[in-house]
Amino acid sequence: MIGSRGPEPMIELDDVRKDYAGGVQALAGVSVLIRRGELVGIVGPSGSGKSTMLHALGTLDRPTSGTVRVAGHEVGRLSDARLSALRSRYVGFVFQHFHLAAGRSAVDNVADGLLYTGQRIGERRRRAALALERVGLGHRMRHRPHELSGGEKQRVAIARATAGDPPLLLADEPTGALDSAAGAGVMALLRGLNRDGTTVVVITHDHDIADSLPRRIRLRDGRIVDDER
Amino acid sequence: MSGPTRDRLRPARLAVPDVLRTGAVGLRTRPVRALLSALGIAIGISAMVAVVGISSSSRADLDAQLETLGTNLLTAENGSTMFGDEASMPLAAEAMVDRIAPVDEVTAVGRIPDAGVYRTSKIPVAETNGLVTYAARAGLLDATGTEVASGTWLNDATAHYPAVVLGSLAAERLGIGSAGPDTQVVIDGRRFTVIGVLEPAELTPELDSAALVGWPVARDELGFDGHPTTLYARADEDHVEAVQSVLAATANPEAPNEVDVAQPSDALEAQQAADQALTSLLLGVGAVALLVGGIGVANTMVISVLERRAEIGLRRSLGATRGQVRTQFLTESLLLSLLGGVAGAAIGATVTLGYATTQSWETVVPAWTVLAGLGATVAIGGLAGLYPAIRASRLSPTEALAAP
Repeated sequence: MIGSRGPEPMIELDDVRKDYAGGVQALAGVSVLIRRGELVGIVGPSGSGKSTMLHALGTLDRPTSGTVRVAGHEVGRLSDARLSALRSRYVGFVFQHFHLAAGRSAVDNVADGLLYTGQRIGERRRRAALALERVGLGHRMRHRPHELSGGEKQRVAIARATAGDPPLLLADEPTGALDSAAGAGVMALLRGLNRDGTTVVVITHDHDIADSLPRRIRLRDGRIVDDER
Repeated sequence: MSGPTRDRLRPARLAVPDVLRTGAVGLRTRPVRALLSALGIAIGISAMVAVVGISSSSRADLDAQLETLGTNLLTAENGSTMFGDEASMPLAAEAMVDRIAPVDEVTAVGRIPDAGVYRTSKIPVAETNGLVTYAARAGLLDATGTEVASGTWLNDATAHYPAVVLGSLAAERLGIGSAGPDTQVVIDGRRFTVIGVLEPAELTPELDSAALVGWPVARDELGFDGHPTTLYARADEDHVEAVQSVLAATANPEAPNEVDVAQPSDALEAQQAADQALTSLLLGVGAVALLVGGIGVANTMVISVLERRAEIGLRRSLGATRGQVRTQFLTESLLLSLLGGVAGAAIGATVTLGYATTQSWETVVPAWTVLAGLGATVAIGGLAGLYPAIRASRLSPTEALAAP
């Protein structure tokens, strides 16, 4: 049993740098360790490298140098296919602008989140329904995105990200497009998921939200300037 | 829980229905665009299927016609002498041809020169209507496979009397709808009763504009010299060529080069061959339409990939591999063109059915045309989708997600 030895690492970044063409350095040597079960906020002004860091954490992008380990896998050594498998099993993403498929019902949007896990359509729909119940949208299954409020859309997106019970949930400005009430609801949902054992990393530039989180990593110019608990 | 480092991390394979469903996303969300680009393919395929279908139906009709008419009919006709005059076959020509072993039956007509056919005696002699009077043997109808439309054919009795059977065209030009005891025409100044009118003679169209009278009455009343001008011989199917090679020499042993031998079914075949050339041309036009349709699909796919970058980024974040993204767009392209192909094949078959029905042909849409058409759409869909699909799969997930 691992629990007796304390939470094991979920994500390890070691001296991660990311340079873009044109000499822009988005990450200038970032090292951080996030353990299973943590709820972490990554905070910083725009241009501070938050998004680049989220992409590195979520294995969507490979760093120019340094190592990223997610759930024990060294990302730099994995092929595209294995990285994709890693994302489908370990990582759920929530985006500022939801990225829901227009014209498809909430339950179909959520079920599509499980497409690349290889489950059959019946199983995907069943789990999608469960995930929607969990985010309090059991009564909105058949509604399409344009029939939902912003907060409801983001909750559908969270259901999609968590329908496969990934151990890691990455949220990129999840409240950025919502009013404060809806934003509070979404944050409460993320806290609840964290209580149930999911490691949650939230990127935000909202200091009120950041201050409500147990751990805050502050970024500026691609460097960690503060890591407080 | 097994240690994460021992996890093999193998991407899941999508089941075929999921591949199809994912490939159809673009078609479902933008149905009008899908329909329009499928239409391009449909036009090409329907044109090709219809062209081949119509020409096959026409061919099948000809085959059926030849089946009933037979391809073993040979004609031996008076040619010209070396001085340019019309040659003449001997009186015994029929009997001699009949002695060629593989000849099953032989019959003859003899043109009666200057014997015009007129509706009444008041018609000026110059208005011949292009009609010709022939003395005909009783076996003519059987040998040429011609049917009687109304009335009867000449028999041994009526052959001695002023009775005439008109070819279909001759009856039409004389304004005679059907035969009857009161219907008479004037031939060479004498009244002849029209006892029969023929159907169009498919193999021997020269009989269509003929007035046919009995051999004896022609000699007695019309000054016919008794020399046949055209022999019709039915040969054994297996020896048609052999008979053809000796027919001239047999019909006119003294001057074989003054006899023109022909196989009337050749003329029908030659007409078919001419149609075939037109078919090839139309097929080429169809192929160009198909090519343009393919370019339309490629265009649609390129735009689709550009517009759906966010979706591609989302799918990558959900765990789609590059291969799965590529497959999705390739499937979409294939579905798009297959949609057009199936619709096109159906339209082409319907057009063929409609045209064949108006021509009272049997409808023939060869399976290979439909299969080749669908094969072509699959090839075009694959080619048109390949480049957009590869571009979609090469898109970096972060760039894709940054797209609006």
